[in-house]
Amino acid sequence: MSAATRQPVVPYRDPERQTFLRRRATRNRSVASISTVAFVVVMGVVVTSSPGWPAVHRAFFDGEAFRSSFPEIWRAFWLNVRMFLVAEPLILVLGLSIALARGLRAPVWAPLRVLAAVWTDVFRGVPTILLILLFGFGVPALRVKGLTGEVVVWGVVALVVSYSAYVAEVFRAGIDSVHPGQRAAARSLGLTDAQTSRHVVLPQAIRNVVPPLLNDFISLQKDTALVAVLGPIEALRQAQIYAEDTFNFTSYVAAALIFIGLTIPLARYTDWLLARQRKRQAAGGSW
Amino acid sequence: MLRFTGWSIRSASLLASSASLVLLAACATESAPKSAPTSSAPGVDACAKATLNLVTPGTLTIGTDKPAYPPYFVDDTPSNGMGFESAAAYAVAAKMGFTKDQVKWIVVPFDSSYAPGAKKFDFDINQISITDKRKVTVDFSTPYFTVPQAVLTLNKSKFAGATSIADLKDAKLGAQVGTTSLAFIKNTIAPTQQPLVFNDTAGAKASLANGTLDGIVVDLPTAFYISAAEIDGSKVVGQFAVDPSADTWGLLFGKGNSLVGCANQALAQLTSSGDLAKITEQWLSTDVKVPVLK
Repeated sequence: MSAATRQPVVPYRDPERQTFLRRRATRNRSVASISTVAFVVVMGVVVTSSPGWPAVHRAFFDGEAFRSSFPEIWRAFWLNVRMFLVAEPLILVLGLSIALARGLRAPVWAPLRVLAAVWTDVFRGVPTILLILLFGFGVPALRVKGLTGEVVVWGVVALVVSYSAYVAEVFRAGIDSVHPGQRAAARSLGLTDAQTSRHVVLPQAIRNVVPPLLNDFISLQKDTALVAVLGPIEALRQAQIYAEDTFNFTSYVAAALIFIGLTIPLARYTDWLLARQRKRQAAGGSW
Repeated sequence: MLRFTGWSIRSASLLASSASLVLLAACATESAPKSAPTSSAPGVDACAKATLNLVTPGTLTIGTDKPAYPPYFVDDTPSNGMGFESAAAYAVAAKMGFTKDQVKWIVVPFDSSYAPGAKKFDFDINQISITDKRKVTVDFSTPYFTVPQAVLTLNKSKFAGATSIADLKDAKLGAQVGTTSLAFIKNTIAPTQQPLVFNDTAGAKASLANGTLDGIVVDLPTAFYISAAEIDGSKVVGQFAVDPSADTWGLLFGKGNSLVGCANQALAQLTSSGDLAKITEQWLSTDVKVPVLK
């Protein structure tokens, strides 16, 4: 029998089994739908029929309060966005520098290496809010000439210090995840240590840690609200001002929706990056 | 602010009720001998201690925030009876028939004082301004204090010589969140620079002391206290005309709490007897001459 006459292999499908599989899929879908609907209905009934629901509804989901508080919160949110946009690149640069400093091997760099280790240990352990208070209230109190007294600046500095420690560890994990053979191969090709890092290790390391980095940045978006302890009116503070003025918490829900509006696209983008990475690795293709 | 919530009627034995009536009479006589005939409002019986709908029967549970700041509280200890609000709360309690031992203080953060759900306190006293918007969610007693707002600066500040509201237009001002001081800055002074807003007066004081702020707006007694006891080289530049819709403080109660009437009756007695004025004089320096800025 020659190859040319060979029939394409068609896998045998048992019609009875096909029918069974189809029916099972239909049944699974129905059960899933019904149980979801039932769950939502039961939860809805339990919540809305509880004796305190009218009070909770009025306190947290009041349409009028939402409408009247939203515009000012939206305007205040611009401050969060600006803090985030300034802090993020600084955190990336500082975090990567710290991670690289920790990886320096020559004895002459020992002080830098120690400093980097101490930086991550200390600033990951200290509550972010303390750093913000320390920079925001402490530095202006030093009254050093030439230093700004603008508290937002010091709030952002505190966020950068705190998050750089986390991000440095993420980068370090990425660098460690690159197989030592890569470095050895690069060195054997005649690349210097610096060239190896720049052209071989870092490109792979950074790709590996993009999802955890984005995770940290979603968290950073929300932590910009901590700067409010220094006085600036950002979205969450504006919501609090409204809530305490009117004794109604709905403004916090408005602020939450605005934050979610920013984080969900970023979260989906992270998912998409992860999926793409998995696909490429599974296919064994190039980056 | 004083807040009465959890007005649940509980049964009390006849014995207890008669005993408490005796106590009530004793306390009333002790603290305000002249006030007895002036009481009217809800009948004496309706406010008999045993019939009151309390969170804990037999005990008046009073809430306030922590830290409890002077001059309204002393040493962050509301139960010592010192400071204007602590003293006022005990005076109200005495009028309602509670001995000092029968008053229990609990910590109620400002946010949770107006949260929905059952209240853990009978009333909350925490410098809470009575406003119409807030009355949608909670009930207030009649005012126990009317207080003007004031602006505090460092002596060396260029705003230390301000003589009008217009002079403060370009100042970087600060206030505590949730206060009518903040609303005053935004609505009346309307400064060119956005004000800074703090969780508590501690943040505002730190920012004034370190030069971040030109001035802070607080109620007048707090301003006096800060300039006299807390920040060297600071002064009360001026006070502002009282706004009756924002500058009166009331005890805060859960919505619909029937205790409000009895507290109002106690406050009316304390006012007509002059006891409330005495307490105010004792703890708050309101008589210092401070120019009114217009």
